[in-house]
Amino acid sequence: MKVIARRPESLTEAKFHYCPGCTHGIIHRLIGECLDELNLRENAIGICPVGCAVLAYEYFNCDMLEAAHGRAPAIATAIKRLQPNNTVFTYQGDGDLASIGMGEIVHASLRGEKITVVFVNNAIYGMTGGQMAPTTLLGQVTTTSPYGRNKDFEGYPAKMAELLSQNEGSAYICRTAVNNPANVIKTKKAIKKALQIQQQGLGFTMVEILSTCPTNWGLSPLDALDWVEEKMIPYYPLGEFKVKED
Amino acid sequence: MKTAQVIMDTGARAAALAVKSARVDVVPGYPITPQTSIMEAMAAMVENGEMHARFIPVEGEHSAMAAAVAASAAGARVFTATSANGLLYMHEVLHMASGGRLPVVMCNVNRGIFAPWTLWADHQDSFAQRDTGWIQYHCSSNQEVYNTILQAFRVAEQINIPVMVNFDGFAISHCLMPLTLPPQEDIDRFLPPHEPEWRLDPAQPSSFSNVTNASEYAPFRQMLSDDIMASIPLVKQAAQEYKDITGMWDGDTIDTYRLEDAEVVALAVNSMAAELRLSIDILRQQGIKAGLLRPRLVLPFPAEDIINALPQNAQVMVLDRNYNFGHPGGILASELKSVLFGRRNDITVKNRVMGIGGIDLTRTYMATEIRAMLDD
Ligand SMILES: Cc1ncc(C[n+]2csc(CCOP(=O)(O)OP(=O)(O)O)c2C)c(N)n1
Ligand code: SF4
Ligand SMILES: [Mg+2]
Repeated sequence: MKVIARRPESLTEAKFHYCPGCTHGIIHRLIGECLDELNLRENAIGICPVGCAVLAYEYFNCDMLEAAHGRAPAIATAIKRLQPNNTVFTYQGDGDLASIGMGEIVHASLRGEKITVVFVNNAIYGMTGGQMAPTTLLGQVTTTSPYGRNKDFEGYPAKMAELLSQNEGSAYICRTAVNNPANVIKTKKAIKKALQIQQQGLGFTMVEILSTCPTNWGLSPLDALDWVEEKMIPYYPLGEFKVKED
Repeated sequence: MKTAQVIMDTGARAAALAVKSARVDVVPGYPITPQTSIMEAMAAMVENGEMHARFIPVEGEHSAMAAAVAASAAGARVFTATSANGLLYMHEVLHMASGGRLPVVMCNVNRGIFAPWTLWADHQDSFAQRDTGWIQYHCSSNQEVYNTILQAFRVAEQINIPVMVNFDGFAISHCLMPLTLPPQEDIDRFLPPHEPEWRLDPAQPSSFSNVTNASEYAPFRQMLSDDIMASIPLVKQAAQEYKDITGMWDGDTIDTYRLEDAEVVALAVNSMAAELRLSIDILRQQGIKAGLLRPRLVLPFPAEDIINALPQNAQVMVLDRNYNFGHPGGILASELKSVLFGRRNDITVKNRVMGIGGIDLTRTYMATEIRAMLDD
C-alpha cells in the first residue's frame, strides 16, 4: 500500500482550536510539511506569537518558545545566534508583527538575522475580538473602526513585505495567500524556499501570508476566501519582493 | 429636574459610560483582554457621535500612554485603559505622567501577568505599579467603577497627579449588574471642565518634563511624594460631594461592612471584597464576630483611616490576590503591617494569597479560609 496523504510528523496529534474556515490551520500544516520534507523536525525551534496562534506550541512537534506580544523576532535572534545550526522560525500575526512588534521586525531584518518569519496577515486583531490592525484595509469595519477605517484618523494599511524588502539584511521576502489550492501550493513553496535560504545563511527571510478571519470579518468561510481575492490581493499584491542570490 | 436612569450593563460599559459623562477629550488605546470591551464601547460612541472625543488607535501600550501624556500636556482631559502586560509595557511612561504632573485617568482591568499567560484576574499587574507615582483606586462593583472614574478625574485635576482605577477582569468587566446613571447636569456640576494651570500653548511658550540637575530634581520628587499623601483629603471630599449630588456612596478611602464590633476583620480589595460581605454573614451565623475592611484607595495607602477603623484587639485576615515576591505572602499585608507598626500593637495580622490567575473566590471558600486562618 502506498501512503498518498498523512499528517506531517512535524505536527502533533492535537486538534486545532481555530474557528471554522480560519486559514491559520492550513498555514500550520504547510510549515509542518516543509519541516518534514527538509528533514528539519529535530532541528527546528519555533517562536509562538501572542494572537490566535498563541497555542501553536500545542501543534508543532518541535521545540517551541512563547514570546511576549511582538517580541518574537528578538527571541528568535538570540536563539539563532546561540544555536546557529538550528532552524529558527517565528509565527506572527499582523498585530503582533506590524503593530506592537514593528520595531523588532524591522531591526531583525536590518541586522540580517538568519531566521524565517511566517507572517499571517488577516487584516485584523483576531484574538482580542476583531479590532483594527495596522493591516486593516481602508473602509474595513472592525470593532475599533465601526464605520470603516478612515485614512485621516487611522492612516494607511502597512505593506510589510514591501517595507522589509528595502532592507539590505533581508534575503528573501515574499507575499502569498492561502485562499485557493493554487495559492496554497505557492505558499508552501515560499515557506520552503525561506527555510532553505535560512539554511544557506544568506540573511533574514519572511513569508507574508494573506489569511482569513471569518469570525471577525463577519463572513462565511467561503465568502472570506473571496474577500481575500477581491479586497486583500489588490492592495497586497502577491509575489517575491526580494530574493538574494548566493 | 431630570432623574437618574437605571440600566443593566457590564463593568467595561460602565467605565465607557463614565468616560463619556466626564466629557473626555482624547482616548488613546491599544486592545488587550479583558480591557478591550472598554475601548470598543468608546470607539463606537465616538464614531456615532455620542461622545465628542478623539480616539487614537496606537501601535502598543507604550505609545498609548505617551499619547495620553502629550494630550494631557496640551490641556485635554484624557482617558485610556489597559490590563496586565499592557500595563507593564506602559511602565516607563507611567512615570512620565506622574513626574510630569499630568492628570491622566486610566482604567486597569486586573489580569494576571505573563509568563505563563493567563487571561483571568489577579492583582499583580496594578500592585506592580505601586511605585510609579500614580494614585490607585480598586473597585468592587460596576457602579463603583462608574462613580470612581468621575471622582478620579476630580482628584487628578485638583492635584495634577494621574489616577489608576482598577477592577477585576471578567467578574466586573464582563458581568451585567444594575447601573445608575445620574443626569448629565449633575455630573457636570460634580466635575467642571478641565482648566489646567499650565498647558502646551504657543501663545505662552513653556517646556515640560525638562532635564534637571540634582538640586532641581530632588525637590520635584519630594513634591510628588508630598502631594500623593495630600490627595487623601481630596479623595474623601470627592466621595462626599459625589454622594451629596448623586446619592451614591462606595466608601471614600475605605469601605467597611459589620466592622464596628468585629473581632475578626477580613481585608481585601476589588470584586473579592464584594463577595467577602457574604462570607462575613456566613461567619457571623457561625458565631464568629467578623467584619470587612476594604481599602478602596490603595495608593496612597489610607493609614489613618485604617488605624481609626480597626476595632480594639482585632485579628486582621488579609486576603491578597498578588504576591509580594521576596517576602512571604502578599503586598496588602505588608502595607498594612507597616502602617500598624508602633501605632496599633493590639492588632494581629494574618495573611493568605488566593485567587491567583482567576481561581474562583466564593463566599464559602473565603469563609472557610478565614476560619482556618484563625488557627494559623
Ligand atoms: C503588551 C500586550 N498588549 C496587548 C496584548 C493583547 N493582545 C493579544 S493578541 C493581540 C492581537 C493579536 O492580533 P494578531 O497579531 O493580528 O493575531 P491574530 O489573532 O489576528 O492571528 C493583542 C493586542 C498583549 N497580549 N500584550
Ligand atoms: S478569530 Fe479569526 S484568526 Fe482567530 S481563530 Fe477565529 S477566524 Fe482564525
Ligand atoms: Mg491578525
